[in-house]
Amino acid sequence: MSPGSVWLGIGLVVVGCYALKLAGLSVPERLLAHPLTRRATDLIPVALLGALIAVQVLATGRDVVVDARLAGLAVAFVLLCLRVPFLPVVAGAALVAALLRL
Amino acid sequence: MRRPTRVVADSLGVGVATGAYGVAFGALSTSSGLTVLQTCALSLLAFTGATQFAFVGVVASGGNPVTGALTGVLLGSRNLFYGLSIADRLRVRGWRKAATAHLVIDESTAMAVAQTDDESARTGFYWTGISIFVLWNLMTLVGALAGNAIGDPRTYGLDAAVGAAFLGLLWPRLTSWSNRGVALLGAAVALGLVPFTAAGLPIIAGGAVAVALGLVLRRGAAA
Repeated sequence: MSPGSVWLGIGLVVVGCYALKLAGLSVPERLLAHPLTRRATDLIPVALLGALIAVQVLATGRDVVVDARLAGLAVAFVLLCLRVPFLPVVAGAALVAALLRL
Repeated sequence: MRRPTRVVADSLGVGVATGAYGVAFGALSTSSGLTVLQTCALSLLAFTGATQFAFVGVVASGGNPVTGALTGVLLGSRNLFYGLSIADRLRVRGWRKAATAHLVIDESTAMAVAQTDDESARTGFYWTGISIFVLWNLMTLVGALAGNAIGDPRTYGLDAAVGAAFLGLLWPRLTSWSNRGVALLGAAVALGLVPFTAAGLPIIAGGAVAVALGLVLRRGAAA
């Protein structure tokens, strides 16, 4: 990846996210009060995060690969079920994946 | 009305706990190939955690940064509704509104809407937002320097940590069976597309299919 294209992506993220935040404080509420819009906005993070997890954990380029990352995710799942906070969950997943690769 | 000191203390507690995640973001970002400057720019200027993780995740897996940006901005769309839900309580105009907008994130909004009166809502919003902003950026820098020192993200299992971070961000939203179904569907569609499309696109396509089906099922259930 070229540094220029990464900076372009960062610029788009920054402008896009700030525009959304500012619009929320500026737009009259009734414009976005449609239940379908609300429901869609509720679902977008859920669907995207689900997709991100799958690709991050199981994809390597264009191949689907099962490796230590999946064990890390399983550990994260168990820790979250036990109500462990965010940082120890992330660290626990990393630790298990690293140990499996020794 | 709650005592202002109580609201400030609660806000700082959330601020410290959330700001600390910045170290995870910084380390994952630089070990994925972004520079320290790029990593810190994201935390300073985008300042919305899930979006930042998503952008770095897509770019690290070989995706086009523009695809990564699209994924990130879509994730940031919830901030639009956060702003809507608190605009009446904050009542800001001009440059104050421009500055306040930057602080509209999950935690500051949650702290504001949890208060019963407008004064406490403003106190909670700004103390939470500003304390997270300061710590998130400091911890991003610390993590970014550590990530640089680590080098390959596979060392210490940092590549596995990204998936765990996404699951941690998703977890509070998995409160209903319909949301769990939508998350699984997004994962399944994205995974199915991995062999056939450029990196990054399966995430957006999987997300889009899952949202569309979630809306259709919801409408069916309501009818």
